[in-house]
Amino acid sequence: MTQLLLFNVFNGLIIGAFYALMALGLSLILNLSGVINFAHGGFLAIGGYLAYTLIPYLGFWGALLVSPFLVAGIGTLVERVLIRRLYGRDPLYSLLLTFGLAFMIEDGTRFIWGAQSLPYQIPSWLAAPLSNRYFFLTGYRVFMVVLVTIAVLGLFLILNRTRLGLRIRAGTLDLETVSVLGVNVRILRNLNFGLGIYLAGLAGVLAVGMLGLQPTVGDNLIMPSFIAIIVGGLGSLPGTLLGGLLIGVASGVTSVFFPSASEAVIYVMMAAILIVRPRGLLGEEGRF
Amino acid sequence: MSLLRIDNVTKQFGSLIAVNGISMTVEAGELRAVIGPNGAGKTTFFNLISGFLAPSSGHITFDGEDITGMLPARRVWRGIARTFQITEVFPELSVRENLCIPVEVASGYRLRPWLSRAAVATVDARVSELLEMGGLAGKADQLVGELAHGDQRATEIMMALALKPRLLLLDEPTAGMGDQETYEMTQLIRRLHKDSGLTIVLIEHDMRVVFHLADRIMVLDQGKFLAEGTPQEIAANEAVQSAYLGQAA
Amino acid sequence: MRPLDKRAADALVWALLLTAPFWLTHVGGYVELGSRVIIYALAAMALNFLLGFTGALSFGHAAYFGLGAYGTALTIKYLYPSTPVGMLVGIIAATIAAAIIGPMIVRLRGVYFAMCTIAFGQVFYFIAFQWSSVTGGDDGVSAWHRMPLQLGFASIEIFKDNKAFYYFALAVFAVCAAVMAMLLRSPFGHTLLAIRENERRARFLGIPVDRHIWLSWVISCLFVSVAGALYALLNDFVDPRALRWDQSGNFVIMAVLGGMRSFWGPLIGAAIFIVLQDYVSSETQNWMSFIGLFFVLVVLFFPRGVLGIIRRKAAP
Repeated sequence: MTQLLLFNVFNGLIIGAFYALMALGLSLILNLSGVINFAHGGFLAIGGYLAYTLIPYLGFWGALLVSPFLVAGIGTLVERVLIRRLYGRDPLYSLLLTFGLAFMIEDGTRFIWGAQSLPYQIPSWLAAPLSNRYFFLTGYRVFMVVLVTIAVLGLFLILNRTRLGLRIRAGTLDLETVSVLGVNVRILRNLNFGLGIYLAGLAGVLAVGMLGLQPTVGDNLIMPSFIAIIVGGLGSLPGTLLGGLLIGVASGVTSVFFPSASEAVIYVMMAAILIVRPRGLLGEEGRF
Repeated sequence: MSLLRIDNVTKQFGSLIAVNGISMTVEAGELRAVIGPNGAGKTTFFNLISGFLAPSSGHITFDGEDITGMLPARRVWRGIARTFQITEVFPELSVRENLCIPVEVASGYRLRPWLSRAAVATVDARVSELLEMGGLAGKADQLVGELAHGDQRATEIMMALALKPRLLLLDEPTAGMGDQETYEMTQLIRRLHKDSGLTIVLIEHDMRVVFHLADRIMVLDQGKFLAEGTPQEIAANEAVQSAYLGQAA
Repeated sequence: MRPLDKRAADALVWALLLTAPFWLTHVGGYVELGSRVIIYALAAMALNFLLGFTGALSFGHAAYFGLGAYGTALTIKYLYPSTPVGMLVGIIAATIAAAIIGPMIVRLRGVYFAMCTIAFGQVFYFIAFQWSSVTGGDDGVSAWHRMPLQLGFASIEIFKDNKAFYYFALAVFAVCAAVMAMLLRSPFGHTLLAIRENERRARFLGIPVDRHIWLSWVISCLFVSVAGALYALLNDFVDPRALRWDQSGNFVIMAVLGGMRSFWGPLIGAAIFIVLQDYVSSETQNWMSFIGLFFVLVVLFFPRGVLGIIRRKAAP
């Protein structure tokens, strides 16, 4: 029983880490630019597919390294050409735009790579279990947790120790003041978007190793990202991180006792937060 | 019994004390002006009366009832209406439509899914009355967002009036207006005060308007009460003059 | 628009709708396409009640559309083979769901509101998918069909006759449109406009904003569920795709495309969108990319919609 519980909690943490990784990217973009990037799942998928395409040339590690940057590059291009035009307007339009992008990306990946699941090879030493006693600790899962931790730490380092990070944080609080202080807001938004998409791409490369590679791989992850943000609190990155981990763990634990309800529980959590504390666990008041 | 009583209200934002222990009593039918240099806390004070903000301490009593914690919409129902420093109207609706809404609300029709012909006629009549009073009859079908600043303000005041309030709060009604518009606005406010016997409290920077209209004036400075009295008394008050040093009178 | 223009426009719209089965085939269409336009127009107009007239960004309406559809299908298949009863069950189920969810989101605004509507919309998609014992999961609810309408003295065979179904759908549409129009013209409808235009001012006129948004939300979901019920009847089938996020997006794009600020806008948007979708999906497998591209183009170049361009321009 304990083994089962441990397995599911650990599994939940991994899933939660994923949700958090994706949600952090989404949150970055939302906080600074007020845009809900519904195409985030699509970028995740592109991350996975690009890595798949690059493996024959760069190997597993090379693809892992390069793919997120490529996706981020695509993201900054999209921001520059399309999303930028909609900043001053009703948020309705940017949401519709990202909806449309999500359509195009989903269909596009299907067109380029086909609709079937593609095999994504992870190095065999990574796939092996690390211990006979704790069989669920496969190398890959541990590796993912490690990588997500590094990514999140890296993100917080960037945000708290670099000038770019400082500007992003300031811009999230008051973009107008930041622009008046001489910061080029356009570039700031663009880089911020790219950073968010980088995280999506990274999540994509990691996810496909575990979930497999098909055009709809992003679909299942985007909704939990939304909920991670709602639960953790709008406008707060630590909140998003917390939210993601919480819903992952909750989902994991529930699957021990009520397996069929494990996915539903995150929606229940969302409803509970909205009733009890609409701004989210760590959210700021008045953000909405 | 006075219509509005404000007892020692304070409003604190963290370490900033925007309003510091202000008391004020307004009698029915009065026209009271609240003045003071920039940053004196006048708009915050208004926000406390209208319910936009809740005071950190102190009480507000309206017609004998404690309204200190009451939400804005309910204060409207008690009879308090206000205009804002930045005109708050419905920009993509016509003047007529802007006025129609508060008239319907005041008639108790908020939730009505349908109005009888007689009711529609009553509403229209009242809207026409308000249009006349505000000098807006000729512009009734224009979009408010396209009107001149002064007309937008007038629309906003007439909207407040449509609610049949017992207390009208005007937040810098002549802000941003030229001489002619200021004159017309002053005349409008005077008409409302004399003809309807409305109790009015207004914030103003333009001293000509204040001295022209007010029965009594209260002066705030940096959130604290400075002086109160008739226009003559205030004009002669040295503390007030020094607070305004450098400001045009 | 001057009252005379409005009446002329209304008359034109109804004339076209009433005679559609007859001229549709001449322009390369077919009656079922007309029915589909009517159904989506109803859905888009219902959404626009909330979006265009109250100013609330709902991107999760497919959930209530789907509830209407599933309620109808499941009732006819398992409970009672009657079209009106099936529809009623679907509509009531969706309305109750909306009424319960409403209070949770009504305090939210802007993108946060949108996010939560999307999330709540997804809940129902998820249920439809997972609860396969009842909903048939991915396979949907099949092996049933719309029942003839029993009027006591006669029965209208809407199953075998496409034209009859079209007029049935049109009749339902007409009733719903009439009710929505009446509501929008009423004092209640005016308060919704007020909320859209300037929420603070609305609050300071004594309008209980959150409560009115809730009412608008419930009304909007109710009518969208009627469209959903008709949708199930049209296809004699329903599957989770009716509830998916892209369906919600479709409703919004139809409203925007036709013109959010006008009553008939969503009808025009629905007509253009359905016809386009029909054409593109018959030409290529990658119709989804084109639809996505269409979204992007409308947003970038056509945000005021067809009617928005024709009507008086708003204040600068």
